Amino acid sequence: MKVDNIYKEEKKSAFAKLSEIIITMASRPSGLIGLSILVFHIILAFTSPYIAPHDFKAIDPTLMLQAPSAEYWFGTDDLGRDVFTRTILGGRTALTITFFGSLIALLWGGLLGIFCGLVGGKIDDVVMRIVDAFLSIPWILAMLLIVSLLGTSTEVLIPALGFFYGKGIVRVARAATHDVIAKDFIVSARARGHSNFSIIWNEIIPNVRDAILVEGAMRWSWMLLGFSSLSFLGFGVSPPTPDWGLMISNARGLMSFAYWAVIAPIVGLSSLIIGINLTADAFAKALGIDRSTKAPV
Amino acid sequence: MTDIIQKVKNLSIGFRSKKGEEILILKNITTNIKKGETVGIVGESGSGKSTLALAMMGYVKHGLYTIGGECQFNSSNLLKMKSKDLEKIRGRKIAMIPQNAGQALTPNLKIGYQIDEALQLHSDLDEREREKKISELLNKVRLPSPETIALRYPHELSGGQQQRVAVAMALAGTPDLLLLDEPTTGLDVTTQAHVLELLNFIAKDTGTSMVYVSHDLGAIAQVSDRIIVMYSGEIVLEGPSRDILKKPIHPYTHGLLKSIPKLSLAGLPESMPGSQPQPGIIKGGCSFFDRCNFSDDNCKNNSPKLEFLKDLNTSVRCFNYEQLVNENEVSQTVNKIKNKSLDKEILNLSEVSISYAKQKLLDQIFNRISDENPTVKDINIDIKKGETIALVGESGSGKSTILKSIAGLLRTKDGLIKFDGSRNLSSDLKERDPNDLRIIQLIFQNPDESLNPNHTVEEIIAQPLKLYFGLKGEKLKKNIIDLLQKVRLGEFYMSRYPRQLSGGEKQRVAVARAFAAKPDIILCDEVTSALDVSVQAAVLNLLQQLKEDFGTTYIFVSHDLAVVRAISDRVAVLYQGRLCEVGPSNDVYKFPSHPYTEVLLGAVLEPDPDIKPKLVAEDIVEERPPEKGCSFQGRCSRIVGDICKKEIPPWQLTDSGNAIRCHIPIKELQKQQF
Repeated sequence: MKVDNIYKEEKKSAFAKLSEIIITMASRPSGLIGLSILVFHIILAFTSPYIAPHDFKAIDPTLMLQAPSAEYWFGTDDLGRDVFTRTILGGRTALTITFFGSLIALLWGGLLGIFCGLVGGKIDDVVMRIVDAFLSIPWILAMLLIVSLLGTSTEVLIPALGFFYGKGIVRVARAATHDVIAKDFIVSARARGHSNFSIIWNEIIPNVRDAILVEGAMRWSWMLLGFSSLSFLGFGVSPPTPDWGLMISNARGLMSFAYWAVIAPIVGLSSLIIGINLTADAFAKALGIDRSTKAPV
Repeated sequence: MTDIIQKVKNLSIGFRSKKGEEILILKNITTNIKKGETVGIVGESGSGKSTLALAMMGYVKHGLYTIGGECQFNSSNLLKMKSKDLEKIRGRKIAMIPQNAGQALTPNLKIGYQIDEALQLHSDLDEREREKKISELLNKVRLPSPETIALRYPHELSGGQQQRVAVAMALAGTPDLLLLDEPTTGLDVTTQAHVLELLNFIAKDTGTSMVYVSHDLGAIAQVSDRIIVMYSGEIVLEGPSRDILKKPIHPYTHGLLKSIPKLSLAGLPESMPGSQPQPGIIKGGCSFFDRCNFSDDNCKNNSPKLEFLKDLNTSVRCFNYEQLVNENEVSQTVNKIKNKSLDKEILNLSEVSISYAKQKLLDQIFNRISDENPTVKDINIDIKKGETIALVGESGSGKSTILKSIAGLLRTKDGLIKFDGSRNLSSDLKERDPNDLRIIQLIFQNPDESLNPNHTVEEIIAQPLKLYFGLKGEKLKKNIIDLLQKVRLGEFYMSRYPRQLSGGEKQRVAVARAFAAKPDIILCDEVTSALDVSVQAAVLNLLQQLKEDFGTTYIFVSHDLAVVRAISDRVAVLYQGRLCEVGPSNDVYKFPSHPYTEVLLGAVLEPDPDIKPKLVAEDIVEERPPEKGCSFQGRCSRIVGDICKKEIPPWQLTDSGNAIRCHIPIKELQKQQF
């Protein structure tokens, strides 16, 4: 045809696709806010050890519970430690552990969900009932059990969190797979004689990837809250390493007269969660998935 | 004038693209609907016909907006009306009958209740009068025993019955104007003919004006007094129904009528090149320019205006219509198919039966299927190398089920499927070796679903090449380009995604993928029914060409008897999973034939106002095949007696080699069907 085709678009590289998605996300106010908060937190996590004005574990009884000042921006806590230093450092552990935790959750939850969705039948029945059984156990109890048996090291926390937050992803991935496998291109691949592995890798994953990624991003923010709760209960990061959950737990008794010591970590934690949530929503919209109609299972 | 009921004036509707361009879906539409007339709006998908019909009831789809013009109903502009005032008109004055009645009815409310709701809204009757009115309405749409139907839920009715209920609901407000959006498209041929006949009756009986939107010229021909042909958001031709169907003076309509396969002609019709442009692509000149046989430089640079010809009572948008005015009726030339099938048989189905019944525990242990009355039973067909055999029947006749079994997607219960006289294919996928899978390839109905939306055309066609032949690198690429050229697509399509292709192009890619495996047999499952009419002929021609080049055998499943007539060498007619008639297509389409074939042939809608469908049997839907006797006993109009209910009819051969399975002797059938 001699007319110029406005629908023509060529295959793009993964990088070009990603940058296009990010630009689309940033074009909405909520997406822009979410992205900025998230990027701010990530940058902070990387740079905080170098920009922290004080030593996070320097205890000084003479400086106990000082109100915010030019020297101590967010004041000091009950041991005389600088709250600002501890706040900007406090996100590092949580962010790292939950990031890798959600990656693990995505991986096993996504793959198991896709596999069950594709295979169906008896295997699907059995696996899904096991997943249901795990869903019915309050995660915090189970986590407490694991932590008290195996300790609170990173090597324990990451897989444990990854396991408990992956159960939900199994269901989402399975549902997304069910949407896809009824389509003729899967039937066509089966009739050609492709292996299950090839069908999952070539046909299903490209079509369910977006839904699972968005779900994973949401799980990340939930896991962050969960991890902070563990720390709050004293089962997460061990002192004196600064951590928001731990800081909130320590300072909450002094809230009535030293509010600054508790407000700073709360703002840090909630802004990160809001940031991740807004980003995940914008990500979903940029990919064309409407989360308002597909509530997380 | 007072007899004009709906006046559309300079209506333009469109949307804004991401780049901020204004893209028009409807371009400057002007037309009038008169009282009591039925107007057919015909066009391909994306021509704007549904948008126009919706605008006629003051509705503009989400994302679109009115750019200019108005829709006047009783001299008030619907498009500027407040929603409160619109509510008074919709349903009462203008009613809509949707395409899929099954989705339009609320699934958890009884039929009677739903009609009652419509009556409460649109009439002032009290409860007892409404009750009477409900059975009156259900009677009018010819539903058997209205009292019981009113107490049923929508899922308890068949598709045709649901559509009738939708008609009854639309009539509840005694509207002046009925808008019908593809009301028969999802229905079986026989049901479709019945619903159209009902609509005709209602138009006459109530004097309601109707706007009938469809892509199907056959259906339009049966109902409308006047036809509006739309192309790319414009009216290209408007005039009395008979003139437009017999002597169309616009090149598009002319080509369209030429490309529709007809029952009376064996062979493939001429195809129209290209496909309808996407909205927003045409910047200047005639939108049909690329595909037109009559175009010249003037058409390229200037857009023609809609011109009213007084002596023909027709409006046409073309510079060169005069070349068509003097032409006689549309003369259809067909490429006769050369039957090149060899005597060698390539696939034998003997005594094949297939069951969907769930296995019981004991059967699972012994790995067997026990079902006394399977969905498909006693299928005996021998398919010759290089022939095209068509399986026809309505939905539920088991034609796709048989295809699935041949492809190995479904296990057979009994019987043998043999390839090349020796290789046993009566197994499912897991038990077949890769070569068994390679020799049989499938082409699906809907290319939107059969092509992975996240793969480029290159990746799609590469799959069978990699899987069966292990091709890589340059060799793979060369093969893909070769295949694309075979299906008349250029090399530059390689990097495109399916969503960037038109329906016809997508189906070509699917065809290329099937041929990539170098198969001996290709199973075509309704391959043209998701395509636009003007594209359908091109795809059929392509399939025929490829078959001649490669000597492939086609097993072609379709509900469209005219398409089957055009492409097939032999036809097998199925009803409820049992064969009724098998024979060379020329003979199947001639009488004498099985009573069911007779029903099917009678119900075919042709784009000709003079050929009316013959309604031989009732459009009842049977859920299960009968346990004993002839499969067609429930609907047969020529039933002889108890023998039909007790004994399976014998195969009878006609002189021309057509096998019919009926208790009535062939000679007798011939007499009855003249």
